[in-house]
Amino acid sequence: MEHNPESCKEVFELLSQYLDMELPPEACREIESHLAGCPPCVEFAESLRRTVALCHEYEPGVMPGALSESARGELQRAWEKMLVSRGADGK
Amino acid sequence: MDRQQEIKLAKGLLSGNAGAFDRFVEHFRTRLFQYTWLVCRQREDAEEVAQEALLKVFENADQLRDPEHVRAWVFRIARNACLMKRRKSVFAPEQELSLEQFFPATGQGGEHRHMEIADWSQAPERDLLRQELKETLGDAISELPDTYRSVVLLRDVEELSTEETAQILDLSTDVVKTRLHRGRLSIRQKLDEYMRTYGT
Repeated sequence: MEHNPESCKEVFELLSQYLDMELPPEACREIESHLAGCPPCVEFAESLRRTVALCHEYEPGVMPGALSESARGELQRAWEKMLVSRGADGK
Repeated sequence: MDRQQEIKLAKGLLSGNAGAFDRFVEHFRTRLFQYTWLVCRQREDAEEVAQEALLKVFENADQLRDPEHVRAWVFRIARNACLMKRRKSVFAPEQELSLEQFFPATGQGGEHRHMEIADWSQAPERDLLRQELKETLGDAISELPDTYRSVVLLRDVEELSTEETAQILDLSTDVVKTRLHRGRLSIRQKLDEYMRTYGT
């Protein structure tokens, strides 16, 4: 894999914004032009894209413990109080 | 549950629908717990902070001006609850991540330099059944310094926009972008090490 660190660093710095489509069109074109001639940067960009995709899919395997009756009651009372207050305010 | 369903639940909640309340609790309690677990890294703290956050959500639901933004609004409350918890904990100095530390090492191969990265071509994008990879990813997220982890969790795990994340964290969008990139690079580097060691 050919790689020139100096010319690749600018692309490296902007890769997330490029993947998120948050760069102006001109900057995108410059990056795409660079990627067209730099397979190592393509590979790096792809690994970063996959990292983001994995984060999107990620769900921790942990689940909260069972909700106790008292905790649920506390939530319900807060909700009902909010509704009363909301009604009183005419919202 | 997608965003449209969450918005529908929020509207039901505000109109006093008991069924919406139950589904809202079931859905957001899990999401909030998983978020606070990744932030706190301790079950007991995560349970406590998630319950506090959910309680504040109901106490203040009348302040949710636009149900379209319910996810961002809920996570803003969760973020504040995490901060309150952190203030009560032992203060840990923040670690800065520099871009340079994530630029792949280069080696010499014949006449050309080589970028030393693993082969990601077989990385399972949707196959998070691979428990080791999932654990590696979870560890990589959890081990990020808080300033980066908070951005990655909201942008890439909860899939909020840059603007929503900036509002929740009281940061500029430029700072969100900078921290997100460095956080992603750190996670990528740890996944790369995993790929290199265990293959795919």
